[in-house]
Amino acid sequence: MSQPSVLVIGGGLAGLAATMRLAELGVHVDLVSLVPVKRSHSVCAQGGINSVNALTRQQGDNEWKHLDDTVYGGDFLQHQPPVKEMTDWGPRVIDLMDRLGVPFNRTSEGFRDQRRFGGTLYKRTAFAGATTGQQLLYALDEQVRRREVEGLVKKWEFWDFLAPVLDESGRCRGAVCQDLVTMQFRSFPADAVVLATGGNGLIYGRSTMSMVCTGSAVSRAYQAGAWYGNGEFIQVHPTAIPGTDKLRLMSESARGEGGRVWVPRIPQDPRDPRSIPEADRYYFLEERYPKYGNLVPRDIATREIFDICTNEGLSVEKDRLSVYLDLTHIPRETLDRKLGGILEIYEKFQGVDPRDTPMKIFPAVHYSMGGLWVDYEKSATGGLVEGSLRNQQTNLPGLYAIGECDYQYHGANRLGANSLLSCIFSGLFVAPTLVNVCGRRVGDDTSRLFEAEVRRQEERHRELLSRTSGDENPYALHQELGNLMTRVATVVRRNDQLAPAYDDVCRMAERWKRCAVSDTGSWTNQNVVFTKALGDMFPIAKLILKGALLRDECRGAHFKPAFAMPGLVATEPEARRREAEQWCDAFAANTNKWLKSTIASCGPSGDPVISYQDVDTSLIPPRPRLYGLVGGDAIEEVWKERAAKAVGGKQAVGAGA
Amino acid sequence: MIKASETVVDADAAHGGHGDGNATRTVRVRVLRQDVAGGESYWERHEVAYEPNMNVISVLQKIAASAKSQDGRRVAPVAWDCCCLEEVCGSCTMLINGRTRMACSSLVDRLMAEDGEEIELRPMSKFPVVRDLVVDRKRLFGGLEKVKAWVPVEGSYDLGPGPRISPEEQEDAYPLSTCMSCGCCVEACPQYTKVEVVRRDDETEAEFEKRRKAAFNAGFVGPHAVSQAMLFNAHPTGRMIADERMEALTRQGGIQMCGNAQNCVAVCPKSIPLTRSIARAGRAATVWAIKKLFDR
Ligand SMILES: Cc1cc2nc3c(=O)[nH]c(=O)nc-3n(C[C@H](O)[C@H](O)[C@H](O)COP(=O)(O)OP(=O)(O)OC[C@H]3O[C@@H](n4cnc5c(N)ncnc54)[C@H](O)[C@@H]3O)c2cc1C
Ligand code: SF4
Ligand code: SF4
Ligand code: FES
Repeated sequence: MSQPSVLVIGGGLAGLAATMRLAELGVHVDLVSLVPVKRSHSVCAQGGINSVNALTRQQGDNEWKHLDDTVYGGDFLQHQPPVKEMTDWGPRVIDLMDRLGVPFNRTSEGFRDQRRFGGTLYKRTAFAGATTGQQLLYALDEQVRRREVEGLVKKWEFWDFLAPVLDESGRCRGAVCQDLVTMQFRSFPADAVVLATGGNGLIYGRSTMSMVCTGSAVSRAYQAGAWYGNGEFIQVHPTAIPGTDKLRLMSESARGEGGRVWVPRIPQDPRDPRSIPEADRYYFLEERYPKYGNLVPRDIATREIFDICTNEGLSVEKDRLSVYLDLTHIPRETLDRKLGGILEIYEKFQGVDPRDTPMKIFPAVHYSMGGLWVDYEKSATGGLVEGSLRNQQTNLPGLYAIGECDYQYHGANRLGANSLLSCIFSGLFVAPTLVNVCGRRVGDDTSRLFEAEVRRQEERHRELLSRTSGDENPYALHQELGNLMTRVATVVRRNDQLAPAYDDVCRMAERWKRCAVSDTGSWTNQNVVFTKALGDMFPIAKLILKGALLRDECRGAHFKPAFAMPGLVATEPEARRREAEQWCDAFAANTNKWLKSTIASCGPSGDPVISYQDVDTSLIPPRPRLYGLVGGDAIEEVWKERAAKAVGGKQAVGAGA
Repeated sequence: MIKASETVVDADAAHGGHGDGNATRTVRVRVLRQDVAGGESYWERHEVAYEPNMNVISVLQKIAASAKSQDGRRVAPVAWDCCCLEEVCGSCTMLINGRTRMACSSLVDRLMAEDGEEIELRPMSKFPVVRDLVVDRKRLFGGLEKVKAWVPVEGSYDLGPGPRISPEEQEDAYPLSTCMSCGCCVEACPQYTKVEVVRRDDETEAEFEKRRKAAFNAGFVGPHAVSQAMLFNAHPTGRMIADERMEALTRQGGIQMCGNAQNCVAVCPKSIPLTRSIARAGRAATVWAIKKLFDR
């Protein structure tokens, strides 16, 4: 390793953004990915990317409001300085992607068009047809290819990251990866390693994510000592198309463009949906949330759809739970122009044209808010200090994490179209940090460390190949894990289910050791690669369950009915006022107790050790999230009075605080 | 052609889920396998349980899970590529019943209706086989390098928004920009012939890469790359290196090799108007040739 070099693992939006910027700053990048980077999971993102823009500004929008929506939507669980930095960068990120040639949809004057997404009242979302993620990724892929031709980037596609290599002081000095064609191992010494490996939906079996989203890379870093933050926060997207191999997403943009969610008022009404009159349709989101309507934040939409099907028995079909998502009132031409891509998906995989017939949809696991814990350095203005060595750094010095695999930006619930922003932003923003890391290189010889790690990996690989007579089938075991996780750790969580599920997963992890591989070859052995990835799902599954079990409250995507704070019941003004006061007291007490990041570190045999860290809410004090709650007005009134009184005081608002 | 009536009856039973024959209904598959790069290929038969709405990927998943051939022998699972499972990443191209297409969006019901009893899976024929259905498609990306398929921006500093673009221009560009490098078009193109370069024992990795690149460059660049060149030549900033792209497109392996057979456009899963791009490139090449003549 003669010249400074950075190892980037993962070529989705985050990894490519970082690679592009690093190469531009003259740093050599080795870019490792399971699949050709152009095929990364980011291509699946449909709806769009958020930022404040000229139009919304004139409607009173600004970066601060984008920050506010993001932390409010995230139930205040994220540190605010990184979010502020991100929302401040938003307009610049979109401008840059525009310059790179992303074919964003246009207004008649040739400006970028915007649409509205969930959890905000502004049209902040720029989009390119219904394949925004694909278009953004291609633009970055093209720039990286350009740098590759110039010799600044070397791609290692079809390679699997196996472990970071740490020196005696705990500093990350590179990694060991495996060639998925020849199955050979290789050392990658580097001044810094960046994980940009995306989400881990496959822990839930079927999800909206791609087949490479196993979370294996993150799990390997975690098992090597990196902390994992907020694992229990898993976003379940309200609208997906149920399928046997994958739950394909129906983007929120379908609702952004006016799509309406409803069920027949008569349970399992056998009539053709188009012939069911308005009076017999229950537009439950619009009725329950008049302000946001079909665009309530994701966690709420998901729970309502789940509730209407499971508790109220109004599912469209009896044995396959679903509700209608209806676009048939929108002109075909508009649909084709704005939603063509996603409607084709429905048509292609369901064989029904959603322009004519309402779609049947149901929630599906979609995004991991949690991820590797990363640090930041706060600036005097409340944002971040650009170039600080701490930005995006895990607790292992020299190991960084960006994109969906870090825990930093979305708190307890991510707003739609905010992830593409956080991925590109964190990729761009980490680059100057890494340049600074390269500027302070440690020069000692690390070859012995690498040799030892390669040997360890070879050993693990050999051991797996020798297990031909085990009685467990890795694919069946994966399905079992997925079913369990989907049942207990998605929309509704209960301690009496989570506790036994944790033990079940521990047993599955033991059973994994008896998994037989059916392919013992040493050439493109996908069987052994999958079995390895499966083994690495258990430590993460455990921390998700443990975190969920311990967190006795409701926050964002984490919903435990036993700890829900019900709305007000009193109608008489004074009593209602008293109740609202009590509600606010309870809220303040809960905030004191639970407004904390969950930090998991990997203990022996992959069991998590959980601790909690305070959240930096210095910019916007936490307030109750009252979307649609009965008595929300009264609560808000009390809360505002308290907030006004607390101004100037350093204490959190609330009686107990 | 296969008896349509039979298929209809079966599909019906599957949707209802209560037909008697449903439990035992299976899908038969014939896979052309190859254990290593450069090795011999051979046919193997598999049989998996039918499920409604199944696609070729779910069939392959079932084959991997059982790891047994139709006659009950233990065999190594078939290797194949996939990622997004929603026809947007371009990973899963293969020859399904002789036609190049994406495994994830190939529904078993439709294949059975088309071709009856058995599904045939073969790797793409224009790329070197790595193993079974996995092929090495590096050359596809090489084509993008060759035509400089990117916007030559100065850098990623904040220099304001990109150029203003009319909705018409956007609507023209967007379809071209959805090309997912799946390679269906080149598989179908008679002018795109297989280039397989094997590393010699006495060669370094770098020497091998160089030799391979030269071999790729000598062959036809492919309709996908021609189309990308036209995409970037139409972009207000991309156009600033239009000449370099035309230079590449008129060199060896360029647009002159296209025989206008139009097979490419017929198989593109994203319905990209490839022949329109090719026609544009042809016209632009003529203009370019004249311009070069006068520039001399
Ligand atoms: C269907 C769908 C639609 C979405 N729509 C939107 C939207 O409209 N707006 C929005 O903001 N967000 C959206 N999201 C979320 C968003 O797409 C993702 O969060 C984002 O693309 C993640 O990007 P990334 O760069 O972090 O990772 P990814 O794009 O997932 O890339 C991960 C990379 O890491 C590599 N990798 C993984 N493991 C390893 C390993 N062990 N070794 C080597 N390499 C490895 C992979 O090969 C890949 O290159 C959507 C998500 C889904 C599932
Ligand atoms: S039109 Fe040209 S590029 Fe397309 S298949 Fe024919 S020869 Fe190939
Ligand atoms: S042009 Fe069409 S067929 Fe060819 S690579 Fe692109 S998407 Fe595939
Ligand atoms: S798996 Fe992505 S296109 Fe088929």
